[in-house]
Amino acid sequence: MIDEELVQLLSPEGERVQHPEYESTLGSDEVFGLYRDMVIIRRLCNESTSLQRQGQLALWAPVQGQEAAQIGAGRALAPMDFSFPSYREHGVAWCRGVPPEDMLRIFRAVTTGGWDPQKYRHSVPTVVLGNQTLHAVGYAMGVQRDGAEEAVLTFFGDGASSQGDVLESFVWAASFNAPVVFFCQNNQWGISTPSSVQSKIPLYHRAHGFGFPGVRVDGNDVLAVYEVTKRALESARVGGGPTLIEAYTYRIGAHTTSDDPTRYRIDAEVEVWKHRDPVERVKALLAREHRVKSKALAEVAAEADALALKLREDVLAMGRPDPIEMFDHVYAAQHPLIDEGRREMVELGVSAGQH
Amino acid sequence: MATTTMTMAKALNEGLRKAMEKDPKVLLMGEDIGRLGGVFRITDGLQKDFGEDRVIDAPLAESAIVGTAVGLAIRGYRTVCEIQFDGFVYPAFDQIVSQVAKLHKRSDGVYTMGLVIRLPFQGGIGAIEHHSESPEVYFAQTAGLRVVSCSTPNDAYWMIQQSIEHDDPIIFCEPKSRYWEKGEVDLENPPNGLFDAVVRRVGTDVTVVGYGSTVKTLLRAADTAALEGVSIEVIDARSVSPLDFETMARSVEKTGRLVAVQESPVTASIGSEIVAELTQRCFYSLRAPGVRVSGYSVPYPPSRIEDDFRPNVDRILDAVDRVMGYES
Repeated sequence: MIDEELVQLLSPEGERVQHPEYESTLGSDEVFGLYRDMVIIRRLCNESTSLQRQGQLALWAPVQGQEAAQIGAGRALAPMDFSFPSYREHGVAWCRGVPPEDMLRIFRAVTTGGWDPQKYRHSVPTVVLGNQTLHAVGYAMGVQRDGAEEAVLTFFGDGASSQGDVLESFVWAASFNAPVVFFCQNNQWGISTPSSVQSKIPLYHRAHGFGFPGVRVDGNDVLAVYEVTKRALESARVGGGPTLIEAYTYRIGAHTTSDDPTRYRIDAEVEVWKHRDPVERVKALLAREHRVKSKALAEVAAEADALALKLREDVLAMGRPDPIEMFDHVYAAQHPLIDEGRREMVELGVSAGQH
Repeated sequence: MATTTMTMAKALNEGLRKAMEKDPKVLLMGEDIGRLGGVFRITDGLQKDFGEDRVIDAPLAESAIVGTAVGLAIRGYRTVCEIQFDGFVYPAFDQIVSQVAKLHKRSDGVYTMGLVIRLPFQGGIGAIEHHSESPEVYFAQTAGLRVVSCSTPNDAYWMIQQSIEHDDPIIFCEPKSRYWEKGEVDLENPPNGLFDAVVRRVGTDVTVVGYGSTVKTLLRAADTAALEGVSIEVIDARSVSPLDFETMARSVEKTGRLVAVQESPVTASIGSEIVAELTQRCFYSLRAPGVRVSGYSVPYPPSRIEDDFRPNVDRILDAVDRVMGYES
């Protein structure tokens, strides 16, 4: 079922795979760094699911199974690049330096954003499917006009690939040769809709019809994702135009904590993909090739546990926002209806303590 | 005072030119706006003078025109999007209400959505379907957006510049049936703030409020009413979101009567908002209930019969008669 053109540099068993066009440029420390990132983001994701199950989050969108796709892509970004996520890119947000507790604010329903997008050069979550791909292209057009050597990376899924905005963003990126890389995580399922319903051809083939290159990469192979994304970003920075990357992966968990995937897919399929686990294959590589000791692996696990504990504490400390904040930042300039609403709320004596 | 006479189309063109000269971050983007100068020629000559990087001929996709303008805004550019006709704005509706209106909020004030969406609106040009609509209410309903409309060349010249300089996203509604009418433009001093309503004609008996192409129809109605001894005060709302209720209330407190006029259907319309708010504010001054004159609640009709759909002098005067008919 895996395409022959799939770029893979590390097999599910953790063996190096030769590829005619790509080779891993990463040294031992860097590979270990990617492993650490993936272990941490998986641990934080599991903690978030627990927090939702315990009533502490309104919702959570798990990332399990897609760690390599997100960490590989996120680490390929240069500091000045800008990224535009959908709502599941916790791994990319981690790579960009977004504090984990900020990622959970929107899921705790205490904000509609979560972090300063200019500070981390990573935009706020976008829940309406595909909207962000156009923002990425527009931002990239601004980069062109500034004459800057920067690239833009935007994320969407196989489900969103059917959205008009995504297809319009392909047209625009091609027409204006925008320095943007489209990163599609094909995790096989758009809630209950299989990716075969979204596209009758491999998704990366679509790029050719729009006039730019498309690449399918093993989305569970962090080494391959890193190299493919890095090369596409480098090309974009020097005027090479857009690339579509299809990271072929699998959503091991539910779409969100409100979803029940047992209603639409069989366990056997999930089991197959569990054998292609993105974290285990790097672990095998590290043990064999880089002689990483179990002590170092245990240290990473302990670090992840500590971060998860801190995340839990931070989330539990997030109280109900002061209702008056709903009037902040609706407009940049003074607006009479905002003034009126604020005044009315103050007169009613509404305060943060009330429920 | 440097004044000159020009059409609204030319005034918009000059206003855009001025904004582009002043701020190199101002871009124009839309369908056919470059080489052709726009189907209404509003951007005529601007691509020649400012180049293809600043006056961008867009592929034909409205959601992308607005969606990429959002990305450009995040990068620090101020894009003026031209939507070719009112009825073609709906493919961009999602980007406008989900992103343009909300990203300042979602980014906790970090992103400035300083972009303008120009929308030739209202009917009266004998067009075919989808070319004569009044979609301003959809946008007025959306928090995070502001909606304005010019009715004279002078306002067109100044309001487009004020909108471009403003840090909030603005839906800029242009009454296409007035594009070719001439008026005096003061090139030195802006007449009003962007969100101020103005009294276009002073009167004592009835306050009549409208915006866009309707304002001129109101002035004609006032001329006719004057012959019959009824003094109409005409207010140009100019900004339909937010509405300048202070200016309107001052007038209604004086006249005691209110008629609100628009081309859009009446349900949840700008006129409905004006009548409801002024009823609260001016309850003890009102001598009659406020009355709305609107397009009928039907799809915009074939243009051969549009004159019977759009509020005309007769329908406005009929409403004036009705509010004058209440005697306390």
